[in-house]
Amino acid sequence: MAAKTHSIFDPSIIIPAIGSAFAKLNPAHMVGNPVMFVTEVGALITTILLFTGGQGASFGFLLQITLWLWFTVVFANFAEAMAEGRGKAQAETLRKAKTETKANRFRSDGKLEEVASNNLRKGDFVLVKAGEFIPGDGEITEGAATVDESAITGESAPVVREAGGDRSAVTGGTRVLSDIIKVRITANPGETFLDRMIGLVEGAKRQKTPNEIALTILLSALTIIFLIVLISMKAFGLYNGVDFSITVLVALLVCLIPTTIGGLLSAIGIAGIDRLVQKNVLAMSGRAVEAAGDVDVLLLDKTGTITLGNRQAAEFMPAPGVTKEAMAEAAQLSSLADETPEGRSIVVLAKQKYGLRGRELHEMPDAEFVPFTAQTRMSGVNFDGMQYRKGAAEQVKAFAGGHLPETVQSDVDKISGMGGTPLVVASNERVLGTIYLKDIVKGGLADRFERFRAMGIRTIMITGDNPRTASAIAKEAGVDDFLAEATPEQKLALIRKEQEGGHLVAMTGDGTNDAPALAQADVGMAMNTGTQAAKEAGNMVDLDSNPTKLIEVVEIGKQLLITRGALTTFSIANDVAKYFAIIPAMLLVSFPAIAPLNIMRLASPQSAILSAVIFNAIIIILLIPLALRGVKFRPLGAAKILQRNLLIYGVGGIIVPFIGIKAIDLAVAALHLA
Amino acid sequence: MNISGWIQLLLYIAALLLATKPLGLYLCRVLDRDGKTFLDPVMKPLERLTYRLTAVDPRQEHDWKRYTGAMLLFSLVSMLFTYAILRLQAVLPFQELFNPQKLPALSEHLAFNTAASFTTNTNWQSYGGEGTMSYFSQMVALTIHNFFSAAVGIAIAAALVRGIARHTAQTIGNFWVDLVRVTYYLLLPICLVFAIVLIGQGMIQNFKPFASAKLTEVVKAQVEKKNDKGEAVKDAEGKPVTEEQTTDTQSIVEGPMASQIAIKMLGTNGGGYTNANASHPFENPTPLSNFLQIFSIFLIPSALTYYLGRTVKNQKHGWAVWAAMFLLFFGGVMVAWHYEVAGNPNFTALGVDPADGNMEGKEVRFGIFNSALFATITTDASCGAVNAMHDSFTPLGGLVPLLNIELGEVVFGGVGAGLYGMLIYVIIAVFIAGLMVGRTPEYLGKKIEPYDVKMAAFVILVLAFSILGFSAWASVSKMGLPDPVSGVLTDGTNNNGPHGFSEILYAYSSATGNNGSAFAGLTANAPWYDTTLGLAMLFGRFAMIVPILALAGALARKKLIAASAGTFPVSGPLFTSLLVGTVLLVGALTFVPALVLGPVVEHFLMHAGKLF
Repeated sequence: MAAKTHSIFDPSIIIPAIGSAFAKLNPAHMVGNPVMFVTEVGALITTILLFTGGQGASFGFLLQITLWLWFTVVFANFAEAMAEGRGKAQAETLRKAKTETKANRFRSDGKLEEVASNNLRKGDFVLVKAGEFIPGDGEITEGAATVDESAITGESAPVVREAGGDRSAVTGGTRVLSDIIKVRITANPGETFLDRMIGLVEGAKRQKTPNEIALTILLSALTIIFLIVLISMKAFGLYNGVDFSITVLVALLVCLIPTTIGGLLSAIGIAGIDRLVQKNVLAMSGRAVEAAGDVDVLLLDKTGTITLGNRQAAEFMPAPGVTKEAMAEAAQLSSLADETPEGRSIVVLAKQKYGLRGRELHEMPDAEFVPFTAQTRMSGVNFDGMQYRKGAAEQVKAFAGGHLPETVQSDVDKISGMGGTPLVVASNERVLGTIYLKDIVKGGLADRFERFRAMGIRTIMITGDNPRTASAIAKEAGVDDFLAEATPEQKLALIRKEQEGGHLVAMTGDGTNDAPALAQADVGMAMNTGTQAAKEAGNMVDLDSNPTKLIEVVEIGKQLLITRGALTTFSIANDVAKYFAIIPAMLLVSFPAIAPLNIMRLASPQSAILSAVIFNAIIIILLIPLALRGVKFRPLGAAKILQRNLLIYGVGGIIVPFIGIKAIDLAVAALHLA
Repeated sequence: MNISGWIQLLLYIAALLLATKPLGLYLCRVLDRDGKTFLDPVMKPLERLTYRLTAVDPRQEHDWKRYTGAMLLFSLVSMLFTYAILRLQAVLPFQELFNPQKLPALSEHLAFNTAASFTTNTNWQSYGGEGTMSYFSQMVALTIHNFFSAAVGIAIAAALVRGIARHTAQTIGNFWVDLVRVTYYLLLPICLVFAIVLIGQGMIQNFKPFASAKLTEVVKAQVEKKNDKGEAVKDAEGKPVTEEQTTDTQSIVEGPMASQIAIKMLGTNGGGYTNANASHPFENPTPLSNFLQIFSIFLIPSALTYYLGRTVKNQKHGWAVWAAMFLLFFGGVMVAWHYEVAGNPNFTALGVDPADGNMEGKEVRFGIFNSALFATITTDASCGAVNAMHDSFTPLGGLVPLLNIELGEVVFGGVGAGLYGMLIYVIIAVFIAGLMVGRTPEYLGKKIEPYDVKMAAFVILVLAFSILGFSAWASVSKMGLPDPVSGVLTDGTNNNGPHGFSEILYAYSSATGNNGSAFAGLTANAPWYDTTLGLAMLFGRFAMIVPILALAGALARKKLIAASAGTFPVSGPLFTSLLVGTVLLVGALTFVPALVLGPVVEHFLMHAGKLF
């Protein structure tokens, strides 16, 4: 399922969704959505009236109104089915991983027995050999193995899982490629990670979030209000000697109640989770996605999130009397056999900056390479009678006879002060200079943090480095604040402090000792490579284990909320035009004097009513892509976003239906439908 | 729309704007139980004595449930008190002093309607003041409510604002302390000064019996003949018999008027001393008294927006709410003024100079602009005093007061009631549009959650339910419809068609909105109307206040969310337009069909030559 996106017009989703849209007409299902339930009841009433008659209007007109009312309900169901369908397609891939397997379970006497994987219970121990599927979620208690987790992550490269430490968790449905492991099962069948994922992406276990509940309350209140409006309107008409037809009143009711947002609300919620899944992030609840939108403090681990994992050579600083080229050559020679990323970066720097071609090892048959060891803390090469070495200042000092030139010593201090790592280079007794290794901040981050600042989100870098180093990197990366020499306890304390100050905090983590902080944070994204404890504690899991993704998660959360708000505003604003279409049409026969009120110049009263009803139904279909994709998100301050969206969805919501209804009216008149 | 009108309007706006901050600052002190005011030397001993006599501990604050309980208890007891006096006014002691006109007791339904009306700050009058109420009833039974119902409104607004300003708190204030302090430090002192100014303008204040004057020109009229029981005498065909009546004397109203008028306007009560209300020369003697009266309607509501800003530590928010109210006020004045100036084309055909506009039902002393301005202000607020007959406005000119009331009187609004009503719209606006900034909605650091939305939605529902529900009932029942056989109007409206409907709609809008003004023409003093209108008033007041106090309690309990650049902005032109839009969309959309069937249809029919 990884990164598998489905086109909105994918027929394999659309066709089943159509069927499902009709199946959802079951009132038991509709009750959960009060707006659409009222619409369905309205459609039912007009259907009954259609056959009992006595409406004083042509059968064709009443039939069309009735049909479009039913379409309104079906279209709303279709939107929900589309959103669910996209999730189902992804769940299908997951389900394939959930094949029924045999498991070798340890009996209490220590012997193995073969059982079906769905008979495993929490606390059972199983043995899994190379080539076998891991029968359930668990934790390795003995051994280590390479595991193919592509079924879940989509990542084809195998990962190492081992007992103890932060990489002990295994997921049911993944396959052991090598070695043997003993696993303690930590989830009962039906409650496994895979089961939860399937439930989530299918939307089957979706519960309404607090915001959705609040919105549903408001939409229901509006629906009740419009019910009162329409019932009282019948009475007001009678006072004025006008007997409004029930069918027309129902049509007006359905146009006025917020069917657009009522029909798309659940689709928006499902699509939000779905967009996260496409990014390979699993949110444990819709609530977590909303919380992501609310987050205003991001705790980001330095290593892996802000900086690349490794340090790189940035500059050569020669000792007095040594040319840069000579120093660069010595640095390069000493690093030729050094396969660490730092060593390679020295070779690269020498080549790029000083044009020194990296010599091939086979050109130097008599060279003797000295690898880095924990004791010597130096590496280098003996070549042409010279001993080239690079390493920590103290060690090279000892190697070079216990003395460092003053300039070199000050360079070393300066580099440490800037948060870098100094490596001193020497050939025999002569100290040649200092290599500046620095943390490399990932490209584009400073920009991104700047945009976050505009959105009111503060970024805090978490690192184990000392405060001086941390401060230098924080400045370069453009984060707002940092926590240096951080321990898990301090991390937890920081989250609590921010939350007490009224902030909502998001963080990532993978280790067991991250678990309390992940649980405390409003959004805790656990890495899939992390421990079971971390995954349980957080409310999201990133299957790619890429902490930078937290940033995208926040954007998706915001996008979900914006989409919901935009369509609600649009839906309510639409009512203005619908009134202008329908009310004059209802009164024109009794009070011809009100003709100027028909400002859209709709062809006839019947065509006006029909056009408004058709518009009301079709707009749901037209907005499905927007509901599923989400409103385009822009990283701006709240005032600017609000202004923009109010203009598009508020003012636009007032104008669009005037145009739409007029266009439909022209078509209705041209086709002689009313 | 002449220049003198524009100058007066600008003067009015400038005066209001200038008074808002100083009075707002003063309100902050009054509504803080430890606040110091310049009146402390006089009022503090009185305040302390009041607490001692009533055994109120001013140090103790209450949660929303106790606050609500106290408010309901106080309202119930004071309503029963008024009901009792009205029923007993003919037998109470000191009749010569307090009831020189020997007025009889009120009927059950009129006493209920009136007690409900004054308790709820509505001051709907199903009776003519000078011909029904003894001086004692006017001064005690009615005037105490003019003070207390206003004080209750301000107290509720303060409780809601406290709920917004506080966090992780259980209490929202002490009802008794709010009631006492508002009355002693705000209403009484201003009214004292105001009443004296009004007396200076020529308003009466005495306990004399009505004066009698000989008419220079004797008036003769045909009136229905009544028998001894007061029933109309009918001839053999069932038609009423008429007789000639000669009138040569005029009875001139006297009594303690100025003291009641001051609080009638300042407390947005609106109940007239005389039936003619503020169009009566005694009740509104001069242009200056007219100006001061409409100024005092908006005075406290406008200052309350400053109190809001100050208390929630976001003065810009206070001004944004003020600006939204102002825009809605200004728009209303423009529409009403325009259509009254435009007048009725059918009159032009009868030889009326179109330049005169629509002068029907207007006091010549005030003219079109001051009548339109007064009508807009009195319905923006829940005042209900009138200096012209709204019933005689052109259809669209009359639509403005009607719509103002139906929006919930949130345009400055009743004292306190306007602010808490507007804050409900603020919460709905923030909830709907707040999502569009990409965060779950929050208002001044408080997350708006299902419970809060439920309470806010309930308030809007009550408004729609009471106005539309009762109007619909009246429209199809014997209450309002003409007799189907004879075509004779029953105990309902005097005009049928869209205008008759407007009268019914206006009555229930006015009652539910606790306004109290009326489209005259509806014979409301009948058991049906008295009872249902009384219920609508109680409904419109208490079914709104209770959820609002619940909301205040819920907001006070919430944690505070820190503000950032990503926080929904609740100040500035954008927020103001959003709020205006929400009031119009959520508020007005509910009433569009009713308004179309009333004033709008009538407007088009008027231009087609058909009048009602």
